[in-house]
Amino acid sequence: MTSLIHPSDSATEKLTRTYRDHQRPLWQRALLNRDVAVWAALVAVFLYASATVPFFDRPITITYLLLDVAPILLIALPMTLVIITGEIDLSVASTVALASVSFGVLYDKGTPILLAAVAALLVGLVCGALNGFLVTALGLPSLAVTIGTLALYRGIAVGLLGTTAITDFPDTWTDWARGRIGDSDIPSIMIPFAVLAVLFIVLLHFTAFGRGVYAIGLNEGAARFSGIRVERTKLLLFVLTGVVSALAGIYYTLRYGSARGDNANGMEMQVIAAVLLGGVSIFGGRGALPGVIAGVLLIGAIGSALRLADQTADVINIVTGLLLVVAVVGSSVLGWVSSKRRRRGAPEPRSSTTPPGTPTPGTTKADTDVPVGEREREDR
Amino acid sequence: MSTAAPPAPTAPPTPKAPSIGARARKVLQARETGIILAFLVVLAVTTAINPSFLFSTDGWRDLFLTPSILVVLAVGQAIVIITRSVDLSQGSVLGLVAYATGRMFVDTGLPLVVVLLLGILLGVGLGLINGALVAFAKVPALVITLGTLYVYRGIMMSWAGSDRINASDIPRDLLSFGTSSILGIPSLAWISFLVLGVGAYLMGRTRGGREMYAIGSDPDAATLYGLKKTQRTLVAFAASGGLAGLAGVMYVARYGTISSGAGLGIEFEAVGAAVIGGVAIFGGSGTIFGAAVGAYLLMTINRGLPILGIQDFWQRAVVGLLIIAAIVLDKVLRERQHKKLLAERDAA
Repeated sequence: MTSLIHPSDSATEKLTRTYRDHQRPLWQRALLNRDVAVWAALVAVFLYASATVPFFDRPITITYLLLDVAPILLIALPMTLVIITGEIDLSVASTVALASVSFGVLYDKGTPILLAAVAALLVGLVCGALNGFLVTALGLPSLAVTIGTLALYRGIAVGLLGTTAITDFPDTWTDWARGRIGDSDIPSIMIPFAVLAVLFIVLLHFTAFGRGVYAIGLNEGAARFSGIRVERTKLLLFVLTGVVSALAGIYYTLRYGSARGDNANGMEMQVIAAVLLGGVSIFGGRGALPGVIAGVLLIGAIGSALRLADQTADVINIVTGLLLVVAVVGSSVLGWVSSKRRRRGAPEPRSSTTPPGTPTPGTTKADTDVPVGEREREDR
Repeated sequence: MSTAAPPAPTAPPTPKAPSIGARARKVLQARETGIILAFLVVLAVTTAINPSFLFSTDGWRDLFLTPSILVVLAVGQAIVIITRSVDLSQGSVLGLVAYATGRMFVDTGLPLVVVLLLGILLGVGLGLINGALVAFAKVPALVITLGTLYVYRGIMMSWAGSDRINASDIPRDLLSFGTSSILGIPSLAWISFLVLGVGAYLMGRTRGGREMYAIGSDPDAATLYGLKKTQRTLVAFAASGGLAGLAGVMYVARYGTISSGAGLGIEFEAVGAAVIGGVAIFGGSGTIFGAAVGAYLLMTINRGLPILGIQDFWQRAVVGLLIIAAIVLDKVLRERQHKKLLAERDAA
């Protein structure tokens, strides 16, 4: 179960390995992977921008960069797990808005702010649970479900507040959201983020649950037969996504000091772009959290460098989109090249190139290919 | 299909002879019938509360005019979804084409028809870029079109900057066409009917269209069977892009004013319309006609909500509920169908 983290050694074992990644020596696996590539790109962007863009190397830039990307960083954590299982959640930004509005409305109605925050987290939990219920209990494709709940949650958020906004939050809370840790340049929000990041990294990379997440993404049927509780795992991941999105919603509200129905509009795209840029395969089964964190920071750094270089938000949009396309097309081309190269040598133990013909994510193999009745029986 | 027979309910075998009754039952059971009924109910209820919803000149015109752009987009989206992809860049293509068309009117003296054709061609080109990336790089359409959603919108916004195209820049002829009517039905609606008719014919009755269904329902089998998957994928995306381009041109004709927000987020409505209309998100099933009816249902509900005393802020929530209800219904129907087939097989 722990094959990925076990330091596998040696060329002697090489031929018996059935998992392609483990054919290479440890140092190669540690250094020549997608995660490191994204981190290298991040460092390169940082160095280049510091050298060429005026004011980029100021500490204040880092502070604002982290403040800006914090919601995306937070949501990217559970989203990574969801995408690794081969599902997707497009409703996260709407959950952010709904949590933000519930938080604002409850506080406005006189609820103590702490209670309002807890209630907002509960709203996120319910949102995630509804997604998870529709996907796991009813066996619906998550892409379609979350397009529906994207409209639903956003609709409720906009419906509750209309075009008005709630803006008067207590200073102690908003100051904290905008503040920094002591005298450093790191915003306070990075503390909860760091805690969550560690939790999620342990969960995904160092527990049996995490191995199950990968197994589901690689082959849902096989995962089911090897005793992984596929439905429960997915439900839990959707709930986690909902709760963390709600947390991001509370932060978003306090950071900008306003609860509005159109908060975080379109953020789901940024989150997914960052996760995929960070090396997670949309087909599921592949990816790691360190790369995703680098992916989010990379998008944030490029955005902030371009802003400082007097470029508008539109150019940032273009760059984000191009990065996403280049990242996925690039990895697809690389996979094709390396499979060609391997074919010339020893026979490939296990095809790693993405199977053609499953273009829509969110519909995993088992969802689409197994007839409905059969799937039902598996469920029992 | 499994070989082991599950404990299916012992339903009596129903011998099927293609009679008039069976055919009528087929029409009644068709997914489209349900959507049309829902549409008629919405129409009837809102009209009962406020007769001018249907029986005033404005109401009658809006009934057809409001959904016309979405119908065109939904037809394109349905074609792409049927081949088991999705096109999230439609809204951005619409915006970019609308702006490009406006700019051509302002900056060049090209004749009206040439500009409109160039606009649609631009849409086809943008769609082909999507298609090529999906077909050749073997990357899922969701990711590619998510990327091009950003890129196309970004190109449009950095091109437009803060200035926008005003109605005074647009030729009178086009604007008057946008508001004109033929036989009491708005001209733009006629265009959407034409698109619907051609699309439904191509997808339902021609070899190319049926091959797209085959590719969508089982890509691997389709490849083994020798269908040109790459080519069909390209065509599907070119069609979706071209129709989004046409929708952009219609947008110019209808509104005249083009700001950078044109078509923002409309791709979700197009996907929603297709899904509500019975086009399953995993491809291979549903009809073009259903997607168009889905678009009518969506837009009519949108217009009807204020009349029912619901603030139009809630409109998106209703759309979301509808989408979820539609996919749940699909699932239930498919499961029933599956059980019925199993029962028939066991009885045989």
